Amino acid sequence: MKKYIDQGKKDTRSGYGAGMTVLGRTNPKVVALCADLVGSLKIQEFINENPERFFQVGIAEANMMGIAAGLTIGGYIPFTGTFANFSTGRVYDQIRQSIAYSHKNVKICASHAGITLGEDGATHQILEDIGLMKMLPGMTVINPCDFNQTKAATIAIAEHEGPVYLRFGRPAVANFTPADQNFEIGKALLLNEGTDVTIVATGHLVWQSLLAAENLESQGISAEVINIHTIKPLDEEAIINSVKKTGAIVTAEEHNYLGGLGESVARTLTTRYPVPQEFIATKDTFGESGTPDQLMEKYGLNNKAIEKAVVGVLKRKT
Amino acid sequence: MLEIKELEVLVSQVRRDIVRMVHKVNSGHPGGSLGCTEFMVALYNEIMDLKEGFDMNGIDEDLFFLSNGHISPLFYSVLARRGYFPIEELQTFRLLNSRLQGHPATHEGLPGVRIASGSLGQGMSVAVGAALAKKLNKDDHMVYSLHGDGELQEGQNWEAIMFAAAKEVDNLIATIDHNGQQIDGPTSDVLPMGDLKKKFEAFGWDTLEIKNGNNLEEVIQGLKAAKKRTGKGKPVCVIMDTVMGHGVDFMMHTHAWHGKAPNDEQLEVALSQNPETLGDY
Repeated sequence: MKKYIDQGKKDTRSGYGAGMTVLGRTNPKVVALCADLVGSLKIQEFINENPERFFQVGIAEANMMGIAAGLTIGGYIPFTGTFANFSTGRVYDQIRQSIAYSHKNVKICASHAGITLGEDGATHQILEDIGLMKMLPGMTVINPCDFNQTKAATIAIAEHEGPVYLRFGRPAVANFTPADQNFEIGKALLLNEGTDVTIVATGHLVWQSLLAAENLESQGISAEVINIHTIKPLDEEAIINSVKKTGAIVTAEEHNYLGGLGESVARTLTTRYPVPQEFIATKDTFGESGTPDQLMEKYGLNNKAIEKAVVGVLKRKT
Repeated sequence: MLEIKELEVLVSQVRRDIVRMVHKVNSGHPGGSLGCTEFMVALYNEIMDLKEGFDMNGIDEDLFFLSNGHISPLFYSVLARRGYFPIEELQTFRLLNSRLQGHPATHEGLPGVRIASGSLGQGMSVAVGAALAKKLNKDDHMVYSLHGDGELQEGQNWEAIMFAAAKEVDNLIATIDHNGQQIDGPTSDVLPMGDLKKKFEAFGWDTLEIKNGNNLEEVIQGLKAAKKRTGKGKPVCVIMDTVMGHGVDFMMHTHAWHGKAPNDEQLEVALSQNPETLGDY
């Protein structure tokens, strides 16, 4: 199996900041907005280099979404920045009417997504945002897996016409994808070929899936690992082609199993090629305070949980 | 520049369009539409500097955002009669497969509409964003917006009002349709909002009043005065007193016609009070 090397742990939000720095230098139409979380979103370099193209809106996320929609009228490409919770749930109607229904070219960039936000607890940990955003017609939903991929995704979405939800996280995680990668929206990445089971993962769970696959190999189980960085539009062909070979699937995400990647995959499979599926996701629950690792362990979101799910789904294979 | 008499001719025809559109589909919002007719007719035909044709970005022309989207019959009539789309299309208001949705939308590609509105309280933020884009583009045209007074109960407005003053968005003229009515009754009963002029001023806006928003000359003078006060570091607010349902006597001074259509007999009365001038659609 292909070996992936952790080039050193980095937070995905810093990938966003690095991508914004590039966009600040290369695309004069890109503007950034932030709701009092510049430090968390890692966009200080963009601000230093492009002060006239940055708008600090204060703690007023609804206003930020509306201003972003307005900035598109005049040809700008606004990137909004705050935590995932305040990027989605708090401003759902603003996004729905002023951005999605109005088809405005706004990039909603959301840090601290999921349970790995950690110690701040459930008030700040959103596990419903993928569902909220993927339900909006015309919205593209992206959840990259590491620093390099988040940087590449940030740069790529500026070239995509239409609203995008870009989701990333707080903790430092393995950085293992190429620094010079080309990010193609909607194109799943086959990371590891296998024959017994397909693991499709998004965000922080991609690295965990690779760790799981490595361990499973030592037990004689061949797992195919696919990085689904774009949840909508979903690369259905990549998933179908894989399960035709393996006959079983585990989906893995740092999100509620209601409304997440797993449900999108299940809908695809039930209508086109039904196979047994297990879900690595939170089970209709809020999070709580703790370290990211503790929380991933407690809520069944790490490599060990993935291995267990693989063993379970293999038993259901006919 | 049109003479006041020519604008009055247009006002009468737009009022006919409004009540006919709403009557035909037995739904829609005549009250606020009739109350703001002088304002929108003046804005689109006397005040705004507009390019020929329509493009979404609207660079090098004035922009208008309707935040209280439920007065769409007025918006559609004024846009059609200003040449944005065929006047005959007004007969498709609220019908299946129409570009004239119940509330304004960009989704169907109706020329003249740049943002969906109807879910209240969002238009101020959008107008602020568009005004910021104009500044970035070094485009010295204005951004106008219209908001219901009841709509100001939505908190997002006050986020935008605070922001616009703090960031000196001084190419924005936001008009408040101060008719004192909302669906459940007078605003003074539903949720009294106090002195709006003082509130805007306390937030740092340059604020002026139009005492009779159903008098064309007063509206034009007020908006021209507002424009003169732009470019001086403050956003400009116009508190415009209007009468909901103005121009149709039985609809005036009540919230009852906020979102109710006239029946056949009531339509005839309404039309008799607003003569056909430019031809019904």
